[in-house]
Formats: sequence, C-alpha cells, structure tokens
Amino acid sequence: MFGIELQSVGKSFGNNVVLRDINLSIPKGSFTAIVGKSGCGKSTLLRVIAGLENVTSGSLAYTDEEAKKSNIRIMFQDDRLLPWKSILKNVAIGGVGMKEAEEALEKVGLDGKKDAWPDELSGGQKQRVALARALASKPDVLLFDEPLGALDALTRMEMQHLIEGLWQEQKFTSILVTHDVSEAVHLADRVIVLDEGGVQMEQQIDLPRQRERDEKFTSYEKNILDKIVGG
Amino acid sequence: MKKNQWYNNQIFPWLLPIVIVILWQVLGQLNLIKSTMLPTPFEVVEAGIRLFQTGELQENVYISTKRAVIGFAIGGAIGFLLGLFNGTILFFEKLTDTSIQMIRTIPHLALIPLVILWFGIGESAKIFLVAVGVMFPIYINTFSGIKNVDRKLIEMGKVYGMSKWQLFTNIILPGAMPNILVGIRYALGVTWISLIVAETIGSEGGIGYMATTAREFMQMDVVVLTIVLYAILGKLSDFIAKLCEQRLLKWNPAYRKN
Repeated sequence: MFGIELQSVGKSFGNNVVLRDINLSIPKGSFTAIVGKSGCGKSTLLRVIAGLENVTSGSLAYTDEEAKKSNIRIMFQDDRLLPWKSILKNVAIGGVGMKEAEEALEKVGLDGKKDAWPDELSGGQKQRVALARALASKPDVLLFDEPLGALDALTRMEMQHLIEGLWQEQKFTSILVTHDVSEAVHLADRVIVLDEGGVQMEQQIDLPRQRERDEKFTSYEKNILDKIVGG
Repeated sequence: MKKNQWYNNQIFPWLLPIVIVILWQVLGQLNLIKSTMLPTPFEVVEAGIRLFQTGELQENVYISTKRAVIGFAIGGAIGFLLGLFNGTILFFEKLTDTSIQMIRTIPHLALIPLVILWFGIGESAKIFLVAVGVMFPIYINTFSGIKNVDRKLIEMGKVYGMSKWQLFTNIILPGAMPNILVGIRYALGVTWISLIVAETIGSEGGIGYMATTAREFMQMDVVVLTIVLYAILGKLSDFIAKLCEQRLLKWNPAYRKN
C-alpha cells in the first residue's frame, strides 16, 4: 500500500487551465472522495494521479519509494470489458492468473458467469466484473471514476456496499470521483470539493460504518452540497 | 428480427436458383432457347462429366485454384502487413498512406498490358494481377479496423499493465478482426475476377484457358461450364470465409448461433 502526495499540482490543456495549485495528501489505506460540478476538473485530477496525464506544474509523488504505477488500477465510468473475451479472461488480464481471477469473481458474486460473454450480462453485472478485474491484481491504489453513475439506484446501493466491504477487507488506497454527494458521504473518510480546478473544501466524515442516513449524515451532505452550489 | 418465419431456414435461399435452372432446362428442351446460343443445364453437366473422365476438368480447376491461393496469400499478406504498420505507427501512415490511396484508384486490370510486357504471359503475370487486386481491399479494411479500435479499451489495457505486444494481441487485433474479415471476403471476390480476366488473355491451363479453347471450337457447353465453375469456386471460398467469421467472431452476438 502507498499514499499519494500532490504539491501545487497544475494542469492545463493549451490555454485551458483545468487544475490549479492543488495540494493534497492522500494517506495509504484511506478512502477519499472528490466531488464537484461537471467540468470542475475532478476526472482530470484522477487521470493525473493515475499517470495517464502529466502535470503541467507542481509535483506528484507516491509516499512509498518502492511504489510503482503498475499497482494503480482504475474503475472507469463505463465497464470497458473486452467483448471478445469471456468474463473470466476479462478479469485475468495484465498478468493476472486464472486462479486470482476466479477468486476476484467470487468476491463480486459472479463466479457462476465466468464463461459468459460480456454482452450477455446486465450493466450492473458488467460493472461488478470491472470491479473484480480491478481487484484481481491486488492493487495498492484503486481509483474510481464515477463507476456507478450509469447504474439504477438499487444496483448502485448494492455496489456501494460491495466496494465498502472489499475496501475494509483489503485496505487499498481509494479515491472516488463522483457527482453524487450522498455516495461520497456514504463511502469516504474525507470529501474534497473541487471548483474551477482548485480545492474549495476538505471535509472529514467521522461516522461509523456502515453508515445510515441519519441526522449527522444529512448534515454532512447538506454542508457539502451548499459549498458546491453556493461556490 | 423475426427468427421463426417459415422462410428462415437452410433450404429456402436455394429455391430461386433451382427454379431458374429448371426453367432454363425446360426452355432449352422446347427449343425456345437454341443450344448454340445457350446449352441446357443437362448438356452443361454432360460436358462436365466428359471433361472429368478425360481428367481435363480436375487439372484445370487445380491450376486455377493454385493460382488463386498463391496470389491471394501474397497480396493478402502484403495488404495485411501494410495495414498493420500504417494503422499502428503514425510514421508509416504518413509515409505511405497517400501513395497507396493514389495507386488504389487505378483499376488493377488496367495494368494488364504492362504486366504482359513485364512478366510475359506466364504464371507470374497471373499471380501478380491477383495479388495486386487482393492487396488493396485487405489493406484498407485492416487499416480502418485498427484505426477504429475503441481508444478507451486501449487506455484500459495500458492502465492494467499490458505490454505493447499484449495490447496488440488482446485488444487491437481482435478489435480490428470484424473489419479484416470483411476485407478478406471482398478480396476473395476480387481474386476470381482477376483470375478470369488474366486466364483468358493467354495461358496454358486453368479454367480461363478451358473457356478460350472451347470458344475457338464453338463448344458452347464447355464455355457455360467454365462460368459455372467460377461461380462454384467463388461461392465455395465465400463459404470458407464465412466459417472463419463464425469462428473468430463468436463473441459477437450477430455471428453467434443459438
């Protein structure tokens, strides 16, 4: 496991400044959520952390010297399963063995579907396979890029429980990008509000897990929402 | 799609060709079509049996098939490799694609006078024409297949630690495969067209040679037989290509048999 340090990170595409002066320390094993309006730069921040984009200014460092980028996995908005591979082979990519793949599928409750083709599964099942694929290589850092955005409310709640359970069990460093504040409060130790490419607010969530929608929960939620909408 | 209709089975597509052949036979026997104009199907079959007994039929079909296979293999390999390099390496694309697109627009059969001057009328001339004809459809389809592979899947592969070779074999090639197979099927048609023309120009052996000789002796039944032979060989190669599609694209619901 390793954490991530961002020091005054900036990112621009041509004249378009997407991220400005971001200082963040993400401890290993923590669960951080990044929320904000669309276009606030939250997905770009995730891509920078994943090493898919280079920073324009500032620096990005992993806290463990031994850490390699290869220990970071992303769960994308869309499942990105390879349609020409069976479910099991989709999980067993990038040097993951069949045994680990089967174990990962078991964890998401889809070991019965290992020989199916991706297009035979529902949207929620496909995202569970994508989660299994991300977990199979036992990542140090798992980045979630709005992975539940396209799912219906019930499936989304199921997935949230699944992600929370697996995170508690394996303690990978997690960063969740979402536009759903309730989801962020539900899952994260800390919620970061991004606005116009800068950190606007950092909010620790001190609630016991599994979290219920009680008064404290909603007050956190309202607080964060006000910040996003109010600016 | 309506799958359970009475016409959705193996036999129905053959109904029309069978009716046409029967009609043709009847019109021929009633002398409404003169057999010097168009021999009846029965006469054509008889010619086939006659040539089979002398061994001419098998020998000429073998020669033509050999030319088709060699020409297809050479042209297909060149087209595929060019498509591969140009689809994956920008340098090669910038270097060669414009030139290839320019040459592509020339009908390859227009090269025949040139080919005769270069190679004479021997085997190499025919194989060359087939190879040139086959190369372009395979090139274009391989190239566009690779170009159209979902970038998001490639990005996923990179994040999930695939090497360049793994990216190619796991994502790029299977992603381009439907297009490549379209190219192959199209190119198979081009193969026989090129061969028909090339073999009638001047050759020793082959179906085209059979046709030219028969024309000189006014053997109408053999002339029609050669046309039928081309049709059968064309359909056969398309059938093989279809089998390849069903095997290689079984992940695609459109090709899956339920």
